[in-house]
Formats: sequence, structure tokens, C-alpha cells
Amino acid sequence: MSGRDAPAVPALLLSGVVKRFGSLTAVDGLDLEVPQGVVLGLLGPNGAGKSTTMRMLTAQSTADEGEIRILGHRIPAESKWARARMGVVPQHDNLDEELTVEQNLRMFTYLYRVPRRDRAESIARALRLAQLVGRGDTRVDGLSGGMRRRLLIVRALLHRPELVLMDEPTVGLDPQVRQDLWSVISALRDQGVTVLMSTHYIEEAERLSDEVALMASGRVVERGTPADLVAKYAGATVEEYTPGVEGVDALERLIHDQGFTTRRTGTTLSVLRAEELPDSLRDRLGQPQRRASNLEDVFVTLTGETFE
Amino acid sequence: MTLEQARADARPETHARPGRFEVDAVMGVVAREWILFRESWSSTTFAAVVEPTLYLLAFGFGMGALVGTLAGYSYIDFLGTGIVAVSVMFQSMMPGVINTFIKRKFQHTYEGILAAPVDVREVVTGEALWLALRSGTYGCVPLLVAVCFGLRPGPWAVLVPFVAFVAGFAFALFGIWISALIRSVRSMDYVFSGLFTPLFLMAGTFFPLTGLPEWVQVGAMANPLYHAVELIRGAVFGDIAPGAVLVHVAVMLVFIVLIWFLAVHQLRRRVVS
Repeated sequence: MSGRDAPAVPALLLSGVVKRFGSLTAVDGLDLEVPQGVVLGLLGPNGAGKSTTMRMLTAQSTADEGEIRILGHRIPAESKWARARMGVVPQHDNLDEELTVEQNLRMFTYLYRVPRRDRAESIARALRLAQLVGRGDTRVDGLSGGMRRRLLIVRALLHRPELVLMDEPTVGLDPQVRQDLWSVISALRDQGVTVLMSTHYIEEAERLSDEVALMASGRVVERGTPADLVAKYAGATVEEYTPGVEGVDALERLIHDQGFTTRRTGTTLSVLRAEELPDSLRDRLGQPQRRASNLEDVFVTLTGETFE
Repeated sequence: MTLEQARADARPETHARPGRFEVDAVMGVVAREWILFRESWSSTTFAAVVEPTLYLLAFGFGMGALVGTLAGYSYIDFLGTGIVAVSVMFQSMMPGVINTFIKRKFQHTYEGILAAPVDVREVVTGEALWLALRSGTYGCVPLLVAVCFGLRPGPWAVLVPFVAFVAGFAFALFGIWISALIRSVRSMDYVFSGLFTPLFLMAGTFFPLTGLPEWVQVGAMANPLYHAVELIRGAVFGDIAPGAVLVHVAVMLVFIVLIWFLAVHQLRRRVVS
């Protein structure tokens, strides 16, 4: 908890939020409450409504129905108050390429109204957090993809926001660079900053989030800590069987008849909560591949949708 | 980062409580442009100084030899003051259209600025203010060049930078509004040829309006460039009636207020879905 506001005021509160674009309903009755100090991963496939939700929170999109409050401020009417207290990491890199790292940060100290006496320290702190100390004079077009993304993140932290919104902060980065960024996000969590992070990377959500909200077709379908959700819907272990094209339907029926949930990817059948399979059934299934259950299993079970 | 360091960094800090329209936010937008300008001032200054100077030299010598006086002025006096206004218009309206369009469509700059505690009104005002400061300053250069070639300004000429600034603000807003209206880069051809060129020609800049058909003369009354030219010429030579000053100033101010609202409304429609 940051201790800056009464804990009773949620950092984010969305209630019955609907957003339509013509005949498409991008967000369809979204309810979401995020207490202060929590890192919440908003997990869902492309098109689930995550980016639209993020845009509504920064008032760059207006809801057709429902209520949105950020740190108690009504959105969009009091959005400017809210934006003074939150930082936003956009999905698109909009750094000024022809300027240096330091100049990019300085610009935003003005926009965020960081007092003159605090500007230098604010920039120095951002450089430390982004591991870009010594690179203040480097032009942005000379930075690697990972450095640019770290700069984009710390640019949103110059005014020490109480809430940070991150829209797919690691999208398009290779796995190693993505993991580098996680340390920045973890540092925020250590500072008690509330983070709402949309992502479609399962591992990222599991690793960084205190809680995840699973989003599909414009609404939150389930929410909880990653471990609780996995235990509740997918158990500890998943067993994967590959019976071939002819056998898969029969095998699926057989397992369903025993009350187990399955996932099908091509001709591979994944059995959730496999640790509870009775030996009598397992003997008839053949040799499985075993792996730990994950959030994707939960998501597919709940929505029938996959991520890619 | 150690946990101790993290805790120290997380100490509470009071934030500004933004009001409805904040000068600080406007200045933030201007400060951003100032940082960008410091990186590119040499090329910008080169273009801003050389182009009007070449016009002045070419027309001044070329036409000046053929034309003795125009509307009671020597040609260099007429042209030197006209080019000030034209220069202000092009250096505020063109970037108003082009830069704003690029920032909105391609660089996603406004997404970033509007995620900070800055609203569309402050973005529009800040962008226009910066372009007005820049074009108002550069716009005075041709006047200085004209002085070198024989123009003799009166004492009221000290008001020219101020008039140039106000005119620059008006044209920058006009450019920002147009920029928010158009959907593609191709539409700019229509704007430049169909709008800018007539505005520039029907304003008494290179030649007086009196030789043009009456309907053009009436239409020019709605052209802010015409009013800017009259004010600048009046300031340089001190030969304008106070009543006329009031009318020109009033038209400019009404234009600014009207176009400010249109620019804010249209840009908001573009950036808020």
C-alpha cells in the first residue's frame, strides 16, 4: 500500500462499462475493481477489449454506458485530475527519436508538472530505474528495442504516479528483452504502486501479477490470483494425449464421461486436473506428456478461446 | 534496485491538482516544442530567413524596376511589408497543418501528451502559441532586409513583432483546424492549392486589391491575411486611421476565437474515439 490515499478508495473502479464502435461491441458490461497497491494483469487474446479499456481509462475513448473512477475521480469528467496521479505506458512507442534520452524525459517532466527543483532528480531516478544511467545523451534512434521500451516505461513514472497503466508493455519484444523489462515492473510493485497491465502473454501475467483478470469478448470472465485460478479450474497437472485423427473423438468422449475437462489443440487432447484421473481410466488412455497446469488452461476452459 | 532504495523512492509527494485550463499545461506543450526546436533551429532558421529574402530580392529588383509606386507606396515599401505578413502566414499555417498531422497520425505524439494531465484545449493553444512565437519572430526578418534596401520605417514599426505574433497565432490555429479536418496526406494538395494560394494572393501583399474585381475585394475582408497586411503596413508607416486599426484588430480577434473553438472541437473528435 502506498499510504498516499485512504486505502478504501480503489485505484480503479469500472462498473457496467460498455463501448461500441458501430455494430462492434468492444467492451460489453465490464466490471473491475483494483485496490491500491495491487498489480493486476488484464489477460486476454487480441480483440478481447483490453486496449479499448485502457483508452477509456485515459479518456482517449469515452464509454457509451457505465461508470469509471480512477483514484476516486470520475472519468472522463475528472480525467485530468486522474492523469496527474497516474502514468500511462502506451502500446505504441511514441518517443521522439531525434531527441536524446534525457530530452525525452525532460519534456515529460514539463507535461507532468514536476516542480523545477525536482526535475533533475526525477530524470536521474528514471534513468536508474531504466538502467540507462550514462545514456542520457544518446539519441533515441540509437537505442535497442529493449532500451526504448524501458525508457517508454520510466517516462510514465517521472511524477511518481500512484497508478500505472501499461498496455501490452512487452508486445513484440524477444523473450530475453521481455524478461529484462519484468525487473522494472517488479520494482514498481515493490514500491507499492498500483499497476494495471494488459497482456496476452500468459507467463508475464503469472509472473508479475498479484491478481489476474481474464478478459474475453469485452468483459471480465474470472479473476483471482494466478495460483488460485489455476488450482480452481485446471488442478495441478495437465496430461496431453495424442491418439491420432481417428481416435481423438472417442477418447474425448471417454474422458468427458468421467467428468473431466479437456482442451483440444489439433489432435492433441489435454486433460485438466489430471492428477485426479483414476488409474482404471488412465490405463485406457495410453502414454501421456505431463506438464504443470497454467493460466491458459484456465482461460480456454472458461471461454473456449485460445490466445493466438 | 534494493528494497530500501525502492521504499525511499516511494515516499509520498504532493501532486498538482489541475484546474480546468492550465497555463502550466500549455507551457509544457511549448517547452516540448522548444526542446525540439533547439535541435533543428539551424535548418528552420535557414528556410525561414532565406526564402522571404529571395522573394524580396527577386520581386524588389525585378518588379521594382517596372513599378514605380503602388497605392501610394514605393514598391519596396509595399512589398517589404506584404512579405512580412506572407512569411508569418506560411511559417505558422504550414507547420500547423503538416506537423500537427504527422504528430497525430504517424508519431502518436498526442496519445502520449494526452495521457499526461494535458487536455486538447491546452495542446491546441500550446502548439499555436509556439508557432506564433516562432513565425512572429522570423516574420520580422524580411522587414530588416527591406530596410537594407531602402525601406524607412516609422516609430510604430516596433509593434510589428506583436502584430506578427497575433497573426501567427491566428494562422497557426487555422492550420491546426485544417489538419484535424483532413484524413490523408493527399488532401493537403487541395488545402495548399485551393485554400492557401487564394488567401495569399487576395490580401494586398504583392499588389493592391484595388485592381481586382469587386467581389474579390469584398471576399478579402474575411481573409485574415489582408487584415494582417494592413496592420503591419500601418504600423511600419504610421499612416493608418485609428478606426481602421480597431476594425482590423477586431476581425483578427474574432477569427482567433472562432478558429480556436473549431480547432479544439475537431482535434478532440480525431483523438478521442
